[in-house]
Amino acid sequence: MTGPAASARPDAPAGDEAPALEVHGLTVHYGDVLALDDVSLTLRRGTVCGLIGMNGSGKSTLFKAIMGTVHPDRGSVAIAGRTPRQARRAGVVGYVPQSEEVDWAFPLSVHDVVMMGRYGYQGFTRRPRPADRAAVAEALERVELADLADRRIGALSGGQRKRAFVARGLAQGADVLLLDEPFAGVDRPSERTISELLRELAAGGATVLVSSHDLEALPRLADEVILLLRRVLLHGSPDEALQPEQLARAFGLDLTGRSED
Amino acid sequence: MPVVDFLLEPLGYDFMQRAFLVTVTAAIVCGVLSCWLVLIGWSLMGDAVSHAVLPGVVLAYLLGTPFAVGALVFGLGAVALIFLVRATSRVKGDAAIGVVFTTLFALGLVLISVVPSQTDLGHILFGNLLGVSAADLVQVLVLGAVTLAILVLKRRDLTLYAFDPTHAHAIGLNPKALGALLLALLALTVVVALQAVGVVLVVAMVIIPGATAYLLTDRFARMLVIAPAIAAVCAIVGIYASYYLDAASGGMVVLTMGVAFALAYLFAPRHGVVGRRVLAARRRRAATAAAVSQPDPARVG
Repeated sequence: MTGPAASARPDAPAGDEAPALEVHGLTVHYGDVLALDDVSLTLRRGTVCGLIGMNGSGKSTLFKAIMGTVHPDRGSVAIAGRTPRQARRAGVVGYVPQSEEVDWAFPLSVHDVVMMGRYGYQGFTRRPRPADRAAVAEALERVELADLADRRIGALSGGQRKRAFVARGLAQGADVLLLDEPFAGVDRPSERTISELLRELAAGGATVLVSSHDLEALPRLADEVILLLRRVLLHGSPDEALQPEQLARAFGLDLTGRSED
Repeated sequence: MPVVDFLLEPLGYDFMQRAFLVTVTAAIVCGVLSCWLVLIGWSLMGDAVSHAVLPGVVLAYLLGTPFAVGALVFGLGAVALIFLVRATSRVKGDAAIGVVFTTLFALGLVLISVVPSQTDLGHILFGNLLGVSAADLVQVLVLGAVTLAILVLKRRDLTLYAFDPTHAHAIGLNPKALGALLLALLALTVVVALQAVGVVLVVAMVIIPGATAYLLTDRFARMLVIAPAIAAVCAIVGIYASYYLDAASGGMVVLTMGVAFALAYLFAPRHGVVGRRVLAARRRRAATAAAVSQPDPARVG
């Protein structure tokens, strides 16, 4: 169970383009608690990667470190060859939050939320320009929510809400999309729709990192899977990751008293 | 015409004109700001900042500086202190707020009691609308205009901050700076509203209009219009009522806002208690009618 060895990637990055995401030796503590231990991983452009682990395995911390809201003790993150700060400024990173993090009673329409993807490109008052409106319309078309653009965001179904936030990332022009538990509270047909959408985006060159508990969705969603338990246990194909003994390690079945939720 | 006389009579007095101007200005600024406070859940913060300015106002009178300066210093100081206590101790956020603002408020009360001055405690605590000087009016109008301008120009960023600070960070904005901006604007707003309703009731002005508008619309852009409109109307109605009933002006303005909220709470079309029932009943009737008019497909088949 050595961290660095487990970070071996399935393929070398294509050409001399920088990988979409390169994490090296990332270690994060919350006080005395070790949240991430020497995590290294590389994602190529155009891949969908499932990030699997139980609660407290460090999935959210890894997302936060990639976005730069958590400062690591050690290690580095490079997004498309840039520092996280440069990447944020360039609008490279799109984030789809967990359902619990969103106030669904907030009086904003789907269109309003997707427009927020454009704020990084707008002036002092974030007044939308025709190009912004076009990008929002196109993103909504892409996730098939154009008809519901004026609907309040909280009035959408679970799956539609996720697609709206993906559309925000599209309007932003994000090359790297981070989705935190997008399938929680989403029914099976909607999960399929979202999975298909993410596959299409990856085919178009985007890189998608999806944290999930949903093992059933993995094979049709992900090109590769990372099993995380504070360190990278495995980075391989969905088939490899779904081996019972691998899952047992990831979900800490040998640790009494720990349970996934 | 008696109605016209009724409306014009108070305006014949200079002090009443100033009272109207100060209150409506305060109401509009407070109304706009309240939209974000209500959605973020910062009501207690509004309460804290408004109480914490008390020692600043007393000291300003003592030193002969404009009251707005003292109030602003203590309003911003209170916010900074709350965040310091929260960040550097294990005390939770609401407790930090409670400790800081009550202590500062107590300091203000003590200052008033020991400092010999012509300052009337009641005027600071409950507003002194009828004693607004021309200089006070200028302070309120200038600060109000500046605050409102910043709120309106940065409204989209503030809404993004309220809705999804993580996304704000992800696209390279600085959510901490936006939060600090909103708190600074809260301190400014409190200062603007201080003379109209006093330290104790300012919090009503920065909460009730937003809460009322939130019951009336599902569009944030509309909330930003509805809240100040309601606040301004309530301010005007409240001042007339206080003039003719010879009642406390600050109290009357806030009471009017409370009534407006109660009406929205009951009768708002979609989110009111009664409105919701009516809507549900209408839906049920429509569903029953549809079921009756449509033959059962199983039997037809």
